[in-house]
Amino acid sequence: MSFSQMSIRQLQQALRDGKTSSVELTRACLARIAATDERINAFVTVCAETALAAAAEADRKIAAGAVGPLTGIPIAVKDIFNTAGVRTSCGSRILENYIAPYDATAFAKLQEQGAILLGKLNMDEFAMGSSNENSAQGPVRNPWDLERVPGGSSGGSAAALAAGQAFATLGTDTGGSIRQPASFCGVVGVKPTYGRVSRYGVIAYASSLDQVGPLAQSVEDAALLLGAVAGYDPLDSTSVDCPVPDYLAGIDGGVKGMKIGLPREYFIAGLDPAVKQAVEAAIEVYRGLGAEIVEVSLPHTDYAVACYYLIATAEASSNLARYDGVRYGVRQQGEGGLSGMYEKTRAAGFGDEVKRRIMLGTYALSSGYYDAYYLKAQKVRTLIRADFLKAFKEVDLLLTPVAPTAAFKLGEKTDDPLQMYLSDIFTIPVNLAGTCALSLPCGMDGQLPIGLQLIGQPFDEARILQAAKAYEAETDWHKQRAPLD
Amino acid sequence: MHSRYEVVIGLEVHVQLTTKTKIFCGCSKDFGQEPNSQTCPVCLGLPGALPVLNKQVVEYAIKTGLATNHQIAPHSIFARKNYFYPDLPKGYQISQFELPICEHGWLNIETEAGGKKRIGITRIHMEEDAGKLTHGGASGSLVDLNRACTPLLEVVSEPDMRSADEAIAYLKQLHQIVMYLGVCDGNLEEGSFRCDANVSIRPKGQKELGTRAELKNLNSFRFIKQAIEYEVERQADLLDEGGKVVQETRLFDADTGMSRSMRSKEEAHDYRYFPDPDLVPLVVDEAWIERVRAELPELPEVKRQRYVEQLGLPEYDAGVLAAERAVAEYFEALVALHGQPKICSNWVMGEVLRALKESDGTIADCPLSPELLAGLLGRIADNTISNKIAKTVFEEIWRSGKSADQVIEEQGLKQVTDTGAIEAILDEIIAANLDQFAELKGGKDKLTGFFVGQVMKLSKGKANPGMVNQLIQKKISE
Repeated sequence: MSFSQMSIRQLQQALRDGKTSSVELTRACLARIAATDERINAFVTVCAETALAAAAEADRKIAAGAVGPLTGIPIAVKDIFNTAGVRTSCGSRILENYIAPYDATAFAKLQEQGAILLGKLNMDEFAMGSSNENSAQGPVRNPWDLERVPGGSSGGSAAALAAGQAFATLGTDTGGSIRQPASFCGVVGVKPTYGRVSRYGVIAYASSLDQVGPLAQSVEDAALLLGAVAGYDPLDSTSVDCPVPDYLAGIDGGVKGMKIGLPREYFIAGLDPAVKQAVEAAIEVYRGLGAEIVEVSLPHTDYAVACYYLIATAEASSNLARYDGVRYGVRQQGEGGLSGMYEKTRAAGFGDEVKRRIMLGTYALSSGYYDAYYLKAQKVRTLIRADFLKAFKEVDLLLTPVAPTAAFKLGEKTDDPLQMYLSDIFTIPVNLAGTCALSLPCGMDGQLPIGLQLIGQPFDEARILQAAKAYEAETDWHKQRAPLD
Repeated sequence: MHSRYEVVIGLEVHVQLTTKTKIFCGCSKDFGQEPNSQTCPVCLGLPGALPVLNKQVVEYAIKTGLATNHQIAPHSIFARKNYFYPDLPKGYQISQFELPICEHGWLNIETEAGGKKRIGITRIHMEEDAGKLTHGGASGSLVDLNRACTPLLEVVSEPDMRSADEAIAYLKQLHQIVMYLGVCDGNLEEGSFRCDANVSIRPKGQKELGTRAELKNLNSFRFIKQAIEYEVERQADLLDEGGKVVQETRLFDADTGMSRSMRSKEEAHDYRYFPDPDLVPLVVDEAWIERVRAELPELPEVKRQRYVEQLGLPEYDAGVLAAERAVAEYFEALVALHGQPKICSNWVMGEVLRALKESDGTIADCPLSPELLAGLLGRIADNTISNKIAKTVFEEIWRSGKSADQVIEEQGLKQVTDTGAIEAILDEIIAANLDQFAELKGGKDKLTGFFVGQVMKLSKGKANPGMVNQLIQKKISE
């Protein structure tokens, strides 16, 4: 049978009914990876053997009637999640052979609920990038157009789904790293509220912004995955102890009477006409479904990118200090003893973008510059968050484009970091505000998918999922498949 | 000493806490274990691991803060102190920078002149320790991270001390308090109580502080004193020769009694402190503070005063007994059973502490419980045994753990208070020493001692010396 258009709930039913088996699903995914990944490069590690063994075990459990919400479903996770016994290289040379002795909480939760790990997904080194071109394992290509980028940093997580290699994936989003690749690859991606999902065991880029989230082929699958990974974790002090609702329970509730805000600052001159047109069409769909559309303002939007590149890099400069060649990862002996070893190791182990951000962040925290850069950026961050909270007093959710353009070409922006940074202009403010958002397909620019962003109030993921589901039910964009074959 | 100059000293003390587990993970902080055996992803600084604050550490910090008259911050934050070193697995130390948990404290010290002086304490903050490096082995330098992430309090004083002696008085006072609170084992040699000293001098009368040097590696009170005195001399010599003191960190060498420059101000790190985004701000409410305050033990200074004022002990006794919490508790338990504080004090300070010193033990090792000792003192009080015999009985109880009554019974040490029996012995002795007795009768009082001694000897110490004396007087006047 063909699984490519089936939701996880349908697959679950088919498994329970004996119409398929986890081994069959896993084999299908592995075959798809074998057939397509030479072109896509979404996977950096494929665990065929352990996946098939786990699938066989899942089939025994299904036969015995012991079934969790994800039992037997093949998934894959970004290579930023620690997976005990399976290499976790985080897109970096410095960790190229690193095998963690423990599991990230979010991954452990998926496994406890029966998901089958197919492998680890390519990404920008240490999640720093918007095109997945900053990976030590080479760039990922967009399944819709192999000359184009899949977005980043969770490029592998989005491309694997678009290529039909897995039924769901996990990514992380620090400034748009789930939503922008989801948009570029025509899949659904959720960036939950900061604190909603545990960061324990997820290699840190910028700790106050990083958040784990699911990517999936449909809103419903994304909701299912989010429910599986969300919740308080005593091992992460920043995870929040508030109940996790059943995201599927009210997902079909529609948008009638919902008040949707359009932030004026997001519909700007630089917006690609195709994107603008698709988003405007989506607004009309919502109006037609009974939502009330109003214009709102997020006045500090212009400062978001600058603010982000100070805070994120400052935190990164400290988070990445542990890669010093002393305990794990690559070590290169240099001249001059200890400091020589540090310099050589880090010079050889990190790529250019990571070095650029470490230098930026080190500078922003330096004595004499701290107040002007880091502290000022924190103040701006407070204002940006206040913008959102104020807007949410008037509306239930916000609707914006995910990115100013559809997927760009490989190499198009690699020589111009600033242009690259601007591709996250609509996603970054959400991370700074610490609230939740998702990306879902809303149109095509020729052969390339366009994404729609719905931004929700803190811990109100249920409402944006409900609104996304209403749109999805009304349109066919999510059913389009990349022309890979 | 160069009397032209005034010495200014500020101290930074690192107090290692006696919590069961580390500050940001659940690893045991047992020492002396196999290297790197007391570790987990968090204290190894593995990618993706996150710190979780140990509540006990906060409790100990509040305790120490209250005992040293600090204000406890309702809201404090942890910060990262960034620097590279192989014993620092994350490349930063989690500490507190702005908004520490305790601020504006002070302690009173006794000055040489006998007065009291208040030493300000700027702040106390919580932080994690680093690991340990072993250099020079066949396999190069080795890293042991068992100590990484163990909890420390850093206690930073104001530059209020004006001599090495004042510095030592302050340190001893602080040391006593943290031991009393039970938050630190107080072992200087093993680094449980570490001190860095900031020392500067200035011409007397000058208001601005001189340039300071920071002294490190001071692991006994004696070395601290030596190091400070050496540093004062060094700086005074420099200034006398028209030179300048440079701001630097200096390492003290106990073997030579001298220090050498470790790094200058220019080489000092820029630690790039910033709030640790992995930890949420620490909120301590009034109720928590009050709960900790209610659990505070009576502190040594208050205890000393009470011993003098309420128990009527001499200052010296009060100081010795109150110095260590366990000794004070032993003493108080004994007084509760026996009364007579001065007698109790004599026995605790005399016999108990002496015997412990000889056996190299602490009060916790004392085989004589306050109950056993009170039993012994009771037998002295009711004249069953003399003070002298009591010391023999004490040794036997120490050895066997038996009660005083048992030992007295078994060894037949009961004091003879039967007048007839003592008189019979005395008569026997007088008969054998008629000449001496005649001299005594003739007024040579010194000989009383001889006769008492003989009676005691013949009675194997059991005769009541008071009664012997009385009987001798009776015989003289007969």
